[in-house]
Amino acid sequence: MDTILTGLQPAFQPDQVSVWFKAAKVSDFPKNGGACVKYKDKQIAVYYFERRNQWYACQNACPHKLEMVLSRGMIGDEKGIPKIACPMHKKTFSLVTGENLNGDLDAISIYPVKVEDNFVYIGFSE
Amino acid sequence: MKKVIVVGNGMVGYKFCEKFIAKASKEEFKLIVFGEEPRPAYDRVHLSEYFQNQDAKALELAPANWYSDNDIELISNERVTDIHRKSKTITTSSDESYEYDYLVLATGSLPFVPPIEGVEKEGVFVYRTIEDLEGMMAYADMLKAKKPDAKAAVLGGGLLGLEAAKAVMDMGLEPHVVEFAQKLMPRQLDLRSSKVLQVKLESLGINIHLNKATNQILGDRAIEAMEFGEDDKLDVDMLVISAGIRPRDELGKTCGLDMGVRGGITVNNKMQTSDPEIFAIGEVALYNHMIYGLVAPGYEMADVAVEQILGNEEALMSSDIDMSTKLKLIGVDVASFGEPFMPAEKGHSILFENKTKYLYKRINVSHDGKTLLGGILVGDAADYNILHQMYLNGIPLPENAEDLILGTRADGGSVFGSVMDLPDAAQICSCESVSKGDICSTITSGECNNVSEVMSCTKAGTGCGGCKPMVSDLVNETLKSLGKEVKETICDHFNYTRQELFGIIKVKKLTTFYEVLDACGEGDGCETCKPLVASIFASLYNDTANKEDVIQDSNDKFLANIQRNGTYSVVPRIPGGEITPQKLIVIGQVGEKYNLYTKITGGQRIDLFGAQLNDLPAIWKELIDAGFESGHAYGKSLRTVKSCVGSTWCRYGMDESVSFAIDLENRYKGLRSPHKLKGGVSGCIRECAEARGKDFGVIAVEGGWNLYVCGNGGATPKHALLLAEQIDNETCIKYLDRFLMYYIRTAAPLMRTAAWLDKLEGGIEQLKSIVIDDSLNLAEELEKDMQGLVDAYECEWTQVIEREELQSRFKHFINSDEKDDNIVFVPMRDQIMPEPWTSN
Repeated sequence: MDTILTGLQPAFQPDQVSVWFKAAKVSDFPKNGGACVKYKDKQIAVYYFERRNQWYACQNACPHKLEMVLSRGMIGDEKGIPKIACPMHKKTFSLVTGENLNGDLDAISIYPVKVEDNFVYIGFSE
Repeated sequence: MKKVIVVGNGMVGYKFCEKFIAKASKEEFKLIVFGEEPRPAYDRVHLSEYFQNQDAKALELAPANWYSDNDIELISNERVTDIHRKSKTITTSSDESYEYDYLVLATGSLPFVPPIEGVEKEGVFVYRTIEDLEGMMAYADMLKAKKPDAKAAVLGGGLLGLEAAKAVMDMGLEPHVVEFAQKLMPRQLDLRSSKVLQVKLESLGINIHLNKATNQILGDRAIEAMEFGEDDKLDVDMLVISAGIRPRDELGKTCGLDMGVRGGITVNNKMQTSDPEIFAIGEVALYNHMIYGLVAPGYEMADVAVEQILGNEEALMSSDIDMSTKLKLIGVDVASFGEPFMPAEKGHSILFENKTKYLYKRINVSHDGKTLLGGILVGDAADYNILHQMYLNGIPLPENAEDLILGTRADGGSVFGSVMDLPDAAQICSCESVSKGDICSTITSGECNNVSEVMSCTKAGTGCGGCKPMVSDLVNETLKSLGKEVKETICDHFNYTRQELFGIIKVKKLTTFYEVLDACGEGDGCETCKPLVASIFASLYNDTANKEDVIQDSNDKFLANIQRNGTYSVVPRIPGGEITPQKLIVIGQVGEKYNLYTKITGGQRIDLFGAQLNDLPAIWKELIDAGFESGHAYGKSLRTVKSCVGSTWCRYGMDESVSFAIDLENRYKGLRSPHKLKGGVSGCIRECAEARGKDFGVIAVEGGWNLYVCGNGGATPKHALLLAEQIDNETCIKYLDRFLMYYIRTAAPLMRTAAWLDKLEGGIEQLKSIVIDDSLNLAEELEKDMQGLVDAYECEWTQVIEREELQSRFKHFINSDEKDDNIVFVPMRDQIMPEPWTSN
């Protein structure tokens, strides 16, 4: 479990990105759902809100039990804030700040996402 | 600025702070609180809940930052050791000194440990704090590891002692209660009611020993037995002492305040001790020569002390203190109010006792039969709140006072009338002293619109919680009287009930989640409304979960049940539990090939655990090739129809239960519903298929089948009720179609059939008239809808195997074919299990 935790990093701003990782084609991602991207030894959950045309990315491990499952959760909004609900115990997290919306678990790490030439890129600062 | 120091951070000390900051100005007063426990104040009344969830946060009265947010200095883990009245200072265990203008002693009490020889031995505990409970749990685990049938005794059969007995029973130890008096709960119950409670507790497996004085605790280092007399002992491995409380009054003693002969710091009706600048509240205070061990009087004392310090000299403690209580002990309702034991010169008692149902009710009425003086309820305290109100407000009794405990035996409304008939001054929440008028006015003024708003605004129902049902009734009735609708809407995105949304989707023929959102919702949806809409689509069109997988609940999305480590379990359908040896071999081969943990389920089929997401399609391809289909174990849908072997083999069988179970399971397989559905068919009244523990159960009798509905096992077991007798197969299916479809249309989300029937006005008789007599003129439509669903059935796993584009979601990574390499299995009894969770 240590490797999962040390692989995480605090939320950071797009201007701090040093690596834009080309993850996959836009059409590979489910609309209004999530998928998991592998980058080195990290697992990143990526979500596409088709109607808002917005992309979000966060760590794949749920901080509750540290299982790699957030990409399989359900997206939605709470009072306008885009959120993800973990499939294990329905813990919900803001996809903007990473904070746990229905409890006091640690915040999840959020990563910047950009789309260029129909490819989805995830930003890392290393 | 004046300094107020509060010694003690228990429930009453906390309440003092809460009331003080609400009323005092921050510029004039500084509040400092000392607590000797490591954590801030918590809800000791509900301590036994900690055992179930081990969530200390849930018991917190306020989070740690509440104190700093309100400019209160909280000093935890620090004991006040001395009071110097001349200099108006206190000193603490770390030798710090603090000045005060007013001192409030809320030091509470300690469990009383009787001076029994051997009481210091290992394995002897008291039951008071979270730390006590944690110590008990650790000791119980250690005991069970050595000795599976370990026993634990509780010394004291009072209220707390019985709570402690429940805790040790839940810890897996054999529970014993040892009481000195001749009855349980001697302070609250009379002999008869105590006996009823005892019989009930014994039926739950708690051993009760009355009239026992413990002379000695035996054992080398740790406790091994309790000795009551010569040749009279009880072997136990653990002991929890709950023999009453003693006020923690040592501070008062050493600084020379007036004390009671048997302890407690004497206070007047201003809560002042013999030193007017020192107040005492809660279980340390001796008021009217009594120590009050209940929360409600403690809270009232806190309020009086606050008012007195702020200069409102008219705020005085009431002279009569209401000691009424209602609680649920180990699932048994126990309540007493007013004068539970009434001397004959004051009035008469009306008694009702039924030991076979563990019921006892007693009310005490005045000689003229006009006023209620008190009473006791055991086994069923549903009417406690209203009886308590009648007692408190002196409401005149009905002509036949016995109706209050027996119910009206003539036709017509309730004996009690409506909660709205109570006077505005009636105190609804005694912990927080909130009256009916206080509650209703927050609604009529528009300040609050629902129960949770009223609770946070008035604090009603936030103490012991016993008055919550009344608060909720008052809120709903007041809303209704204002013409406001009271309904349970789905979530922030849809302002409708499930039944309303069902109607809208059906009439407008909506088929995707976004169509529904556009038609009658807002926002992006959430984890509550998306699966609900998916379930409605399934119930209307029999859409499989493949059609719009992103709105399906966790398990439906991947057509498998997610397990503890993020792997999945696979359950092929085995209708009626009948399976050929050849098919069993295939399941065995698949389990072996993919290294799956294999277990027989309670529904007569086989569950294969530990499948990785990437492997699910390959596993299912092999199963489907062998003739299996999805078992829908992951859905809110029909699970299994369990059967006994029936008349084909059994010498007692009246009919072919296996054949009928297979027919029913195949008819309703894939049917999505508000909650899971289970069925059963038994070949005779011996009921080997446990059909009456299911949502629908069929039992063969002379002349046909008896059909039972709305039962379930699980946390609140319920036997199904008889819907129709001696019917043939076709009629049985017809009634089942109608019943199931009516349930699917009208139930709230995640409401099983038993709870649904409870809420159905008219109950089973009403259901009979709808299903059998077609009183709503719906039967034909219900049957037609069900036939449509049956005809539209498709195995959703077969769809996935046949259509490659549906397989993309069964990959852990979108950009790699690798599996999740964080999954670790460990061996267990020749098979595998997930590595245990290490966090939280």
